[in-house]
Amino acid sequence: MNLPMNLLLIPLLPFATFLLLGIFGRKYLSPVAGIIGTTSLLVSAILSLQAAYSYFIQHTGEVYTSIVAWKMTWLPFSQDVSIDIGFMLDPISVMMLVVVTVVSLMVHLYSLGYMKGEDRFATYYAFLSLFTFSMLGLVVSVNIFQIYMFWELVGVSSFLLIGFYFDKPSAVAASKKAFIVTRFADLGFLIGILILSYHAHTLDFPTLIQRLTASDSTYLTSAIGSSFLGFSALTWGLVLVFMGGAGKSAIFPLHIWLPDAMEGPTPVSALIHAATMVVAGVFLVARLFPIYAISCPGALELVMWTGAISAMFAAIIACTQTDIKRVLAYSTMSQIGYMMFALGVAGYGGENGLGFTASMFHLFTHAFFKALLFLGAGAVIHMIHSNEMKDMGGLRKSMPITHITFLIACLAIAGIPPFAGFFSKEEILSAAWNANKAIYYIALITAGITAFYMFRLYYNIFWSKEAKHDSHIHDEHSHGEGTLTMKIPLLILSIGAIGAGFIPFGNFVSSDGHHLHLPFEIANAIMPIGVAIAGILMATALYKKENDKSDKIVAALGGIYKGAYHKFYIDEIYLFVTKKILFNLIGRPAAWIDKNIVDGAMNGIASLVMWKANLIKSIQSGKVQDYALYFYIGVFGLAILAIYLVK
Amino acid sequence: MSGVPLTHIIIVSSLLFFIGAYGFLTRRNLIAMLMSVELMLNSVNINFIAFNKYLFPDNLDGLVYTIFIIAIAAAEAAVAIAIIINLFRNTRSIDAEDADQLKN
Amino acid sequence: MNLHILVLIPVLTALATLFFKELKQVRMIAFLGSALQLLLSFALLAAFYAERAAGNLAPMLFYSSFQWFPSLGIAYTTGIDGIAMAMILLSAFVVLAGVLVSWKMEKLSREFFFLLMLLSAGAYGFFISLDLFVMFFFLEIAVIPKFLLIGVWGSGRKEYSAMKLALMLMGGSALVFLGLMGIYFNSADIHGQHTFNILELSVRHLPLSAQMLFFPFAFIGFGIFGALFPFHTWVPDGHSSAPTAASMFLAGISMKLGGYGCLRVATYLMPEAAHAYSPYIILLAAIAIIYGAFATMMQTDLKYINAYSSVSHCGFVLLGIGMMNETAITGAVMQMISHGLMTALFFAAIGMIYERTHTRMLAQLGGLLKVMPFISSIFVIAGLCSLGLPGFSGFVAEMTVFMGSWQHVETGYRIATILSCASIVVTAVYILRAAGKSIMGPIVDDHHLHLSDATWNEKLAAIVLLIGIVTIGIAPFWLSDLIGPGVHGLMANIGRTILS
Repeated sequence: MNLPMNLLLIPLLPFATFLLLGIFGRKYLSPVAGIIGTTSLLVSAILSLQAAYSYFIQHTGEVYTSIVAWKMTWLPFSQDVSIDIGFMLDPISVMMLVVVTVVSLMVHLYSLGYMKGEDRFATYYAFLSLFTFSMLGLVVSVNIFQIYMFWELVGVSSFLLIGFYFDKPSAVAASKKAFIVTRFADLGFLIGILILSYHAHTLDFPTLIQRLTASDSTYLTSAIGSSFLGFSALTWGLVLVFMGGAGKSAIFPLHIWLPDAMEGPTPVSALIHAATMVVAGVFLVARLFPIYAISCPGALELVMWTGAISAMFAAIIACTQTDIKRVLAYSTMSQIGYMMFALGVAGYGGENGLGFTASMFHLFTHAFFKALLFLGAGAVIHMIHSNEMKDMGGLRKSMPITHITFLIACLAIAGIPPFAGFFSKEEILSAAWNANKAIYYIALITAGITAFYMFRLYYNIFWSKEAKHDSHIHDEHSHGEGTLTMKIPLLILSIGAIGAGFIPFGNFVSSDGHHLHLPFEIANAIMPIGVAIAGILMATALYKKENDKSDKIVAALGGIYKGAYHKFYIDEIYLFVTKKILFNLIGRPAAWIDKNIVDGAMNGIASLVMWKANLIKSIQSGKVQDYALYFYIGVFGLAILAIYLVK
Repeated sequence: MSGVPLTHIIIVSSLLFFIGAYGFLTRRNLIAMLMSVELMLNSVNINFIAFNKYLFPDNLDGLVYTIFIIAIAAAEAAVAIAIIINLFRNTRSIDAEDADQLKN
Repeated sequence: MNLHILVLIPVLTALATLFFKELKQVRMIAFLGSALQLLLSFALLAAFYAERAAGNLAPMLFYSSFQWFPSLGIAYTTGIDGIAMAMILLSAFVVLAGVLVSWKMEKLSREFFFLLMLLSAGAYGFFISLDLFVMFFFLEIAVIPKFLLIGVWGSGRKEYSAMKLALMLMGGSALVFLGLMGIYFNSADIHGQHTFNILELSVRHLPLSAQMLFFPFAFIGFGIFGALFPFHTWVPDGHSSAPTAASMFLAGISMKLGGYGCLRVATYLMPEAAHAYSPYIILLAAIAIIYGAFATMMQTDLKYINAYSSVSHCGFVLLGIGMMNETAITGAVMQMISHGLMTALFFAAIGMIYERTHTRMLAQLGGLLKVMPFISSIFVIAGLCSLGLPGFSGFVAEMTVFMGSWQHVETGYRIATILSCASIVVTAVYILRAAGKSIMGPIVDDHHLHLSDATWNEKLAAIVLLIGIVTIGIAPFWLSDLIGPGVHGLMANIGRTILS
């Protein structure tokens, strides 16, 4: 195995880069910031590939065990409960290390060209490094609190990067929204952690999983035994943890931040809001998967249904959006829904664990083709200076490389063999077929819609209105198709989008660490491929040439289209809850009560004292003879008293 | 020594005291108030001498105190008149009602 | 190591400032004095570790006692444990930063620095004293300078605020004094001897009836200092009118006197009563946390935002104390340290912004990141610490409190804990609202285009505080090692009575 130091360098290099660029970058290192960031990440990526090589390939024995390479007590709470920081290697964390470092490296490289000339170039790289560090820390967590910490850190890096163009009010609003919505979900996560740790008396992942899955465990008995509102503490804990995951992964109904998050620079969307951070929720459920699968199938069912609903819901909305990044954002949401319900249909161990492997497989392939889609979209936006479909069209001649790679990615996400998405989607569908027919049909329909909207996007960008924008290419603002550093990542990622599907994934990742042979039957594949091709053909008919067919369909659909176009008014509901209820019904009265009632009471006491003092003060008339009179009265009073008392 | 009974003297001194007290409370003129204070002091002096004479003819305590009070009264009158003069200089008045600067 | 130097240095610095007139000289003296304090507190920390390493397990290190009023049992008794040590470090950081941000205090500079130093002397004295009467004495020393600092150097409705603050804190002191007298007169041992000595008192059982009667006095009295709901209203007014350094001292140190007193005097010496009253404490703390957070959301003045958020954050201190288990109390102490540093940093940033833009209203600010990147970064970092981001001290403290609070299974306690957890969302809302409006967004006022970034002294002040925040945030284990044994010692007394 590797030395722990080699492993630790994987997250620490980006962290060091963050500190270096964050503190000195702006003033001293601005021109070379990109080089520094990319180089350090290149080293990280090589180290993680090496780690993956030695973990998977040099591995001997039947089962992949989880190895804690390094661990320290970070914050002790009590004798047996403490936050530990460490570095854990197991199949999913090693896979994530590779995904995160590779995609991040691509994005670093791409940004060299894309962000060139930005005012805050060094800051941008500092934030990217911070994000990469946090994400790496997240995936190697040994402790559920460690994952929460890095969870928050990826949240804040996402906030900083969405709000990178901080003088744009829409970017500021989007960054706030992303942070607050995920923060709300994290509240659930936090309480979930508290519940689980209270019953399991540990925060450590391996111990936690062991204690909450072993059937004779007293911890498990206690967690199932105590209940609240009819559900056991374990269910509550797991559902709340899933809520955290759903928030980060933009699962319905906590998805509202993701489309707005597209305000950030496009490479950031590729890295954070497509390939890595948004799958953290899937990763979290996968990390705790034994507990979900063995001890609490009810919670897993919730994961399944929310995932499926989210997949379908997002796909429908994606068909109506006109901002290309938003289309991609909804497609991300839809694909993450796929991963979630794949976990939901899975069971623990052996063939039952097919869904688990499929989900991780899809996560893996999705990272490549979705990053590719975003980077391609970035190249388009870089050239056109617009996100809107109506400003695009006919770009296939002026951007040949982008065109080809984008097409590859579209085919991959649509599930056309032999591209990567086909294989992973296929596994998910067969897992769903085995477990739950309703889910299978939802997934199938979603696959068709996915093919449709992806090709709608593709045709709108590269075909449709013929070469209307040739003038753009020659004007002084245009960057052409972009620099070499922007093209190389596209090519590398498209290799991933083509080839990732051929990896025998079941040999590496499975729910219980054993090798799993992924079944592949051509009969099962016919239906999904047919649906995907149908979607593509429909898109071709509607969007390849500029015509009014699509407008007619829109008119025919009427209210349904309008609802989907407005994202089914979920944003408006949230806005109502926050603006009207939180601000106006709670915040405003709280501020008013404080100012008038609580503080009023304090001021009231002061005024009362003042009033009494004024009353007493009037005795002090300042007239000598009044005082003398009081004096006499006093003397008489005392004299009378003395006489009576003495007697 | 059976001329004037003690009660008569006490009645006189009491009258004197209450005339002084009344004057002190009612007169607004500071000089008049000072005179009233003198009246009260003198009524006390009378009491001292009378009791000393009638009850403890062998002691001199009452007489000593009387002399003491006369001396104090002289000093007090001097101080009081000095205050009154200063007050007059400041306010052009020796009315007690006008001397209320300390009130606020 | 002699603890008295800690009090002596600020007093001497204060006196030394009186001999000079020029701002340049006075501020240099104050700077040297407070830098010396910081060095001294580090030396003290080193000595503390050395003693502990040498196997000295006494609850209070560097113990010394001098008779003051022998007939009344008052002695100048001093000594520190880990908790007091951490508080001393906090004070030293905040004092130095406070002096540095007041670098341009032109108005009556001599008197200003004199009062600052006096205040810090009061704080140090309070934390080192182990005698209730001496403790009270130092508490009072720390009140009066605040009145003057706000009344003379403040802004806005300064007379009103100064009066309000002084009256409420004096009211608190009066209650504290009653509580202390109650403790004293019920502390008779078998010889009928009364004592003010905290160590003595902790082993004498005060009669339960006396505890039940006097605990509220002591707790509410100290609680007023620590922004106990509903006696927190001096906080917003006081902070918003105070000059920057005074705000930092007020929030960074003075409010901690209250929390420390609640813990060391009220809870430690009257554990049975504390246990009996703990539901009420938790109720008030939970209200303060969530209601303070919601009230913050509606504020439009940066200083009011930070002041109300202080109410909310100080609620965690009281919540931790009310929960009365080791983890929660450790969390409460951590929260005191963390909040002290973080809120001082926040006030420093707000002060720097105000000094340049002459406004603190959100509506009149915007896009400051463009013109003053350093100050804006500091503001954002303080905000992120406030909303409990890992890597900063706030996270460590809040999570420890939550973890401790969750150990209580009773429904009421659970609800209080969940409500307190929920405040992290509200905190995020108001912090991002403030940062989004003032730091990010377009520049709203063209006059702001030509503002300058922080000067060296302001940078130094911010860095001093940041070092504290980040050290705790990245390596919290040293802090928990430092205060852990202290809390354990307290719990030995508190826990014993819960069991019995």
